[in-house]
Amino acid sequence: MKFTLKGLLPLLVFIAIGTAFAVGLTKDPRQLPPQLIDRPFPVFSLPALDDAQRMVDESLLLGRVSLVNVFGSWCVACEFEHPVLMKLAAQGEVFLLGIDWRDTRENAQIWLARRGNPYGEIVFDEHSKLAVDLGVTGAPETFIVDKKGQIRYKHIGPMSDEIWTDVLRPLVQNLESEP
Amino acid sequence: MKIFRFVLAVLLFSLSVNVLAQPASEAEIEARAKEIGRSLRCVVCQNQSIDESDAPLAADMRTLVRERLRAGDSNVQITQFMRERYGDFVLLKPPLQRNTYILWFAPAAVLGGVFIWYGLRSRRKRAGSAFTPLSSAAQKRFDALMDEDKKIR
Repeated sequence: MKFTLKGLLPLLVFIAIGTAFAVGLTKDPRQLPPQLIDRPFPVFSLPALDDAQRMVDESLLLGRVSLVNVFGSWCVACEFEHPVLMKLAAQGEVFLLGIDWRDTRENAQIWLARRGNPYGEIVFDEHSKLAVDLGVTGAPETFIVDKKGQIRYKHIGPMSDEIWTDVLRPLVQNLESEP
Repeated sequence: MKIFRFVLAVLLFSLSVNVLAQPASEAEIEARAKEIGRSLRCVVCQNQSIDESDAPLAADMRTLVRERLRAGDSNVQITQFMRERYGDFVLLKPPLQRNTYILWFAPAAVLGGVFIWYGLRSRRKRAGSAFTPLSSAAQKRFDALMDEDKKIR
């Protein structure tokens, strides 16, 4: 028996395909590359949830570290993270801006009345205007914005206590010390 | 000749003015929106284009594409707009750029490699089977045998 390169070829091909799959299949296809990191928060002008006449724009993010949270009364996973947001609001560590996405005012207000409103301000994004500018693919999504109004972090999916204490809070504290 | 030139100039001018001045018609916008919609991935359902998807976000993205078309954006500008927000992933057809060279060229390279290998192999085989000319002694003996054969017949 002679060992030739030709005889090893099927094995080599198998190893190559195996490695490609081993790497490729560990990646979650739902995690899209965050395009907006370190870029300014998109310019917007949208009505507030509680008052259709009052317009809100990106200037309210300037001068403070903000947590921007995309939610909707239709969003089941948002219920899961809602207690975390309520805790944050009680501690007052960060300004919370809510984006009520693809919702009706009525449903959103009932939803918040029942569970409590953690947000300092809520904009009403009925037609995904701001959501598309933020590259949002589903709710909930959470952004951390620094004092200059730049997006510094994006978390896709519901936020848990662990994610807040391990990832987001250290980042927020870091950003607080920035000018 | 001069008249021909003049007519040509007028034609070209009116053509360019048309393109610049006239807002795109609804039918044209519809056709272009379809074309763009087919090339953009629905980021919720992922393996459908926004043109075929029923997801609410896809519907909003379709509306957005039409709005931007009406505002006078080109197809490329709109695709670029989506790419800035959702990344290359939003394009159903991967763009030809450095990190996709393997994707685009590997099949052709493999096919080419197989052809070259096959060609070389068959040539080597043909070269191996080609007969070598007889030495002069052997040739003489062969001729003698053939002569003898003829005589017998």
